[in-house]
Amino acid sequence: MIAGLAPVFGAAAAAKLAGVGGDLAAAPAVAAAETGRPHARSPGHGVPGHGFQAGRTVDHAANGFDPSEILRDFDMGKTRRLPSGRLLREWEIVAEDKEIEVAPGMKFAAWTYNGRVPGPTLRAREGERLRIKFINGSEHPHTIHFHGIHPAGMDGIDEAFGGGSVATGKSFTYEFDADPFGLHLYHCHTSPLAAHIHKGLYGAFIIDPKKGRPEADELVMVMNGFDTNFDASNEVYAVNTVGFHYQDEPIKVKRGELVRIYLANLLEFDQINSFHTHANFFQYYPTGTSLEPAEFTDTIMQAQGQRGILEMRFPFTGKFMFHAHKTEFAELGWLGFFEVED
Amino acid sequence: MEARGASQRGPMLGAGRPSPWVLGLVPLALIAIAVVAFAVLGVPGLGERRGPPVEELLVEQTTLRPGQIELTVRNDGPDPVEVAQVAINDAYASFGASDREVGRLEAKTFTIPYDWVEGEAYELFLLTSTGGTIEHEIEAAVATPENDLGFFGLMALLGVYVGVIPVAIGMLWLPFVRRIPRKGLRFLMALTIGLLAFLALDAVLEGTELFGEEAGAPEAFGGMALVFLGAFLAYVALAAVQAHIESRRERAKAAGAGGAYLALMVAVGIGLHNLGEGLAIGSSYAIGALALGTFLVIGFAIHNTTEGLAIVAPMAERPPSLGRLVALGLIAGTPAIVGAWIGAAAFNPSVAAFLIGAGAGAIVQVIQQLIPSIRDRGGRALYPASVGGMAAGVAILYVTGLLVGG
Repeated sequence: MIAGLAPVFGAAAAAKLAGVGGDLAAAPAVAAAETGRPHARSPGHGVPGHGFQAGRTVDHAANGFDPSEILRDFDMGKTRRLPSGRLLREWEIVAEDKEIEVAPGMKFAAWTYNGRVPGPTLRAREGERLRIKFINGSEHPHTIHFHGIHPAGMDGIDEAFGGGSVATGKSFTYEFDADPFGLHLYHCHTSPLAAHIHKGLYGAFIIDPKKGRPEADELVMVMNGFDTNFDASNEVYAVNTVGFHYQDEPIKVKRGELVRIYLANLLEFDQINSFHTHANFFQYYPTGTSLEPAEFTDTIMQAQGQRGILEMRFPFTGKFMFHAHKTEFAELGWLGFFEVED
Repeated sequence: MEARGASQRGPMLGAGRPSPWVLGLVPLALIAIAVVAFAVLGVPGLGERRGPPVEELLVEQTTLRPGQIELTVRNDGPDPVEVAQVAINDAYASFGASDREVGRLEAKTFTIPYDWVEGEAYELFLLTSTGGTIEHEIEAAVATPENDLGFFGLMALLGVYVGVIPVAIGMLWLPFVRRIPRKGLRFLMALTIGLLAFLALDAVLEGTELFGEEAGAPEAFGGMALVFLGAFLAYVALAAVQAHIESRRERAKAAGAGGAYLALMVAVGIGLHNLGEGLAIGSSYAIGALALGTFLVIGFAIHNTTEGLAIVAPMAERPPSLGRLVALGLIAGTPAIVGAWIGAAAFNPSVAAFLIGAGAGAIVQVIQQLIPSIRDRGGRALYPASVGGMAAGVAILYVTGLLVGG
């Protein structure tokens, strides 16, 4: 929600949200009527619908990252054998203050891991030894707090919580076992927490099961949002940072091929986020910690920090929308398309 | 003082001293030197301002057409603002604009294709390049009337109903005013003062309301101060006119001409007031806020009838010609038409504030001139009957004002 609504506006806001509810279904119909094909891209055609101002896109080169590339960009780190024969996997992560464009023309003063939001998708295998050297190149103290099973000293919390944050120019090396397998997260855990998380210090952290998962086209989607005017509510909602990016550049997948989505919710200020695919269903593995799916559905919900793995195959070619089934988020940027090809 | 000053100036000029004009320019030259030195020395605080840019945009006009919303915004802040995106009711909307950057004090129009629904509320957000948001609310969406000939005709009709007709009807009290005794006339003049006092207060409030949290008229052009500047300038201008006329009148010894002059002044003051009312009607009609149109017009009409009485009251002793009466009525009434046109077509809150303030200033000046006419034989201005008259005047406008819904 763009405005932090005061309680006095509660009734009006409720009425407003109720009024918006039907838009998502209605707008593509308008586009279809005018262009003669379903799911025509509304921005750029001057018809009412979702999206940003016609003809404008984000400068990905200036941002230093492209959401289309983030999708399939897995950072495996560097590996070497320990004397014990165990595999050690190492990464170096640098915190960096950086202005990024989160919607065409809209800049946001982000705090990043390795210059991108979300940070690199770290990927390891169950049972490996992991070593992450964290260098703080930001003007503010930060930490990296990993979700997983590890000793207290490696938990990445700051002084306020009895740990220690890494000062500007300093570094710290986190070391722990890859345990348990599943889809996890990492994020800064320095106070004030909301600021340190929503400014961009977070990323996905995948631990593959020992025996791996079936071959698939794997995608990482970190659901996030940006409070650009500092009112503790988000102006832009997205998957992998740039609002409506996958509407402008649909995610290309093959018909019949297994698609695996690593989906995590790092959205700040709003209680829940959700994911919905059009014209298809998926198997859902909450947190990815079991190899048996928990549900066969087309809509799931995640609170902040929740994540899970989705597996699906597209039986038809064409463009299929996916978005938060919280219409407001969808219309503020969290909406995209799969483009299924033979 | 005058004589001494003159005698001193003579020898000074004679001694080859610089002319007074040169002496007057010396301080200005010093200021210029100081400013240049300040800039050249690079005193901290000059040049680049620290901190993020200040982004202030005001929505001056909202135009709703079928399937489209148009916003005209003015940059009221010190820095240029780039409108990056537009969102309506928590949803981004595509929009058209040749240039998204709005320079300081500049105005730009953004056209947003949007399927709005009549009667529903919309919250619009302009998101700037820095991620700042400028909020604008449309309380109830109504198609904006087209500014064609028919529309101007309608505005003229509204102006006639609100300004000209009520004032003319009020002036029909002239025969009555002429037949009542002196005491009654003094009461009527006191009543007129009460009416005018209410109008002055009303004008000041109306002018200042333009700059409230809700209305959000630009501050860069002076903001609320414009109301008081307008009032001050109108007051001193009318005072100067009065002084000029009085000096001529003294020479002509035409002691009885005061009534006609007072009536003219009252008409001018009321005319400015009606211009403000016209602006209010026109602009609220233009932005679709004139939901209670008919009721509002009826309210203003009743409210304004008493203004006619205020004009004719000073002319009780020496009846004017019919032509003069008509002229006075038009001076007081027709500004409502002009106001409605301006308000509907090119409403500018800063200009409106100045004009409304001028109306208030004019009225205060008129009140000052009316005071001698309520003095009783003992020369007192405040006695039970006059105070009662003033209170009645205030009460009449208060009650009829309720019809317009405040």
